[in-house]
Amino acid sequence: MSSLEDKFEESKKLGLQIVKESEDDRLMTLSVGPQHPGSGHFRFTIKVDGDYIVYCDPDPGYVHRGEEKMCEYRNVIQNIPHLERPVIHDSNNITYSYSLAIEELVGIEVPRRGQFIRAIASELNRQVYTLYWLAIYGIFLGHSTMFMWPMGDRELFIDLLEALTGARVTHAFNIPGGVRNDMPEGFRDRCIRQIRYFEKRMKEYEDIFYNNPLFRQRTEQVGVLSKEDAAKLGVTGSVLRASGIPYDIRKAEPYDVYNELDFKVQYMKTGDCFARSYVPLLDMRESCHIIEQLLDKIPQSGEVRAKLQPNPKGPPGEAYRRVESGRGALGYYIVSDGTPRPYRVKISVGSFRNLLALPYLLVGQRLADMPAVYWSLNYWPVEADR
Amino acid sequence: MATYPQRFRFGEFVGSLIWLIFWVLIIVTLVGLPLIFIVLFYIPLPPIGDEVLTPYRFLTMVVDPSRTIPIIEHLMTTDFFRVAAFPGFTYAALIAAATIFIERKFLAKMQLRVGPLYAGKVEGILQLVADGLKLIAKEIIIPSGADKPIFWAAPVAFVAVAAAVVALIPVAPGWVVADVDVGLLAIFAILGFFPLITLLFAWASNSKYPFIGGMRALHQMIAFEIPFILSALSVVILSGTLNLTEIVDSQIQSYWFIFFVPISAFVFYISSLAELERIPFDLPEAESEIVAGWLTETSGMIYGLIQLGSYVKTYALAALFVILFLGGWAGPQIFPPEVRTPLIDISPLYDQVAANATFWFTLKTFGVIMLMLLPRGISPRIRIDILLHTGWYKLIVLAFINMFVALALIYGGILGPGGLLVR
Repeated sequence: MSSLEDKFEESKKLGLQIVKESEDDRLMTLSVGPQHPGSGHFRFTIKVDGDYIVYCDPDPGYVHRGEEKMCEYRNVIQNIPHLERPVIHDSNNITYSYSLAIEELVGIEVPRRGQFIRAIASELNRQVYTLYWLAIYGIFLGHSTMFMWPMGDRELFIDLLEALTGARVTHAFNIPGGVRNDMPEGFRDRCIRQIRYFEKRMKEYEDIFYNNPLFRQRTEQVGVLSKEDAAKLGVTGSVLRASGIPYDIRKAEPYDVYNELDFKVQYMKTGDCFARSYVPLLDMRESCHIIEQLLDKIPQSGEVRAKLQPNPKGPPGEAYRRVESGRGALGYYIVSDGTPRPYRVKISVGSFRNLLALPYLLVGQRLADMPAVYWSLNYWPVEADR
Repeated sequence: MATYPQRFRFGEFVGSLIWLIFWVLIIVTLVGLPLIFIVLFYIPLPPIGDEVLTPYRFLTMVVDPSRTIPIIEHLMTTDFFRVAAFPGFTYAALIAAATIFIERKFLAKMQLRVGPLYAGKVEGILQLVADGLKLIAKEIIIPSGADKPIFWAAPVAFVAVAAAVVALIPVAPGWVVADVDVGLLAIFAILGFFPLITLLFAWASNSKYPFIGGMRALHQMIAFEIPFILSALSVVILSGTLNLTEIVDSQIQSYWFIFFVPISAFVFYISSLAELERIPFDLPEAESEIVAGWLTETSGMIYGLIQLGSYVKTYALAALFVILFLGGWAGPQIFPPEVRTPLIDISPLYDQVAANATFWFTLKTFGVIMLMLLPRGISPRIRIDILLHTGWYKLIVLAFINMFVALALIYGGILGPGGLLVR
């Protein structure tokens, strides 16, 4: 028995509060969240050795609402308002794939004008989400103007969506069979005007935020996710595209009218935080083109919603449909047993898949890079917890 | 929800207020005033000018306010006035308050917002008062394992040290609290206390995030202290003195030093940003990484004091920049030689040189403060390793470049005693 052990035993007899030194004492355990300005609704425990992170343990589940179980007690139309709660900023996309899956189960065809309006609403909502995400990224990097500007410009799209759907954030607009209501008068001109303005603003974003040398220093070569690792970890959305894999559900599995549109899948090859923060901007730019095309090609009149029976139900079966949301592939697997209520609903969200990359990327980084890496993963805690 | 008592009557409330005022007046006039006069009768009062201040004269001032002018004139020559009012703490605190308001409005305009709007009707001008009252009213929470004496002392020491820097700043010729011959050296010596206070407070908080923040502050301040001092050294070479008043005088005799040593001015500006922990160098308080850094456990007026101290420090460093590089109070005469006012003649209090100097000094200081506020709107936070690299490698080298320029200017006979550009 060594002398240190002896002393320890002695001190215990004396009642002194001496704790034996261990190898772990060099490490400091920090709890990030759930009430941490750099986290919110989510906690991860990190261990730091000096300034370097040596261990990371994500702990999601603080806002678990049991959305999947709730779906089993309501019929397919009643499910819409609560299903958009996980991502209220992207509510048209999270209900989009649900509607597609239900339409496949029930066997209904959406009218063509309805398909176009759905796509317009979905693209507008993608802008709202991405701007919100970008604003929070500004907070994470300590750039207060980067928080205020996208938050202000987000109002452009929120106003458009309010005119289209009647609500500012939780729209409940996509329903099985089409959309709830038609476009209002003069929507097209207003939309084109605001998108033109926003394209100008995006140039300013690039000059002021992305070309800022300090922003580059903070994000370039930080948290590099290689192409192979991105594929292995199964990340999706902008995180996958930033690592050099041009994969977009809108191109890979076109739904509704997306196969008629002309757009490119934006991607970057570096896979660092800068790429992960820049790809959403490129996506927004591409989204603007898509909205313009949709507004040009939309049929001038027609139904927007297929006629459904009051309590729609299909034959027993299963369906899996997914769409490209703001955070990547968002899929619904729905099993029906022939009753109006779904037998089982499983939501596959992009956030949760991107979270898998977090411990992998954080280990070895500096503590100061923690917020830059964490939020660049395009992770929305509420959606991941469902 | 009603937040007032159920049986609240406005009339009763006003009535009780009137009764309160009535009784206070009665007690003051019947007890207070006689008591004051009895005490004053037995205390020998100092002569002001050529007459002694007696209780009788005290009363005549109420009738004729112009009789207070000699007393104020006498007061303005005392040390107490210099320390407490001008150019000491009140002046600095007023500028600090104005800085906070300007910062909020200025940043809001940059970020397409409106900023403070409601408190005080006009553009939220009283927002600061509201914030201050809120901070005073808040409970001060001390962590259970904290080192209480240091936890209480550190915020006070922070303000005291910031005010000590202000004491060395000359605002106008002759208007300085402590005119010491090694003024610049004294300022650097006092600034050296800040890392110590920060680390002590961080350690006393007994919490992990303040500890990390305190260590960051220590690293940052030590890394930037050296370029800070080196950049001021080139000014010392050019002027040949450490006395701040004489540094300004030598600039008035030649030209502003920023034209000769612009790189030093730049290094000084960057290092003072780091010294002040302002964005992009606000690592010790980085809110997204380490909650609020070394301020995590602060609450109520402890936070308020540290904020006050840091804004007083902002004023002190901006004023130092003005003194070292922008010619201090040098500027064209815009005030008239004499003033004539109706009713009360304040001409004995008026000093044309001091008024002019104060005006230009304050104007320039606000200009520099605006420059210090600017990066907050356009820049993200820097990372600690890049920060230390900038401090130790780049800024020190840059500061040395202009030291050689300064030496060349002196030995080339351009500046210095009998130089070409000396008027």
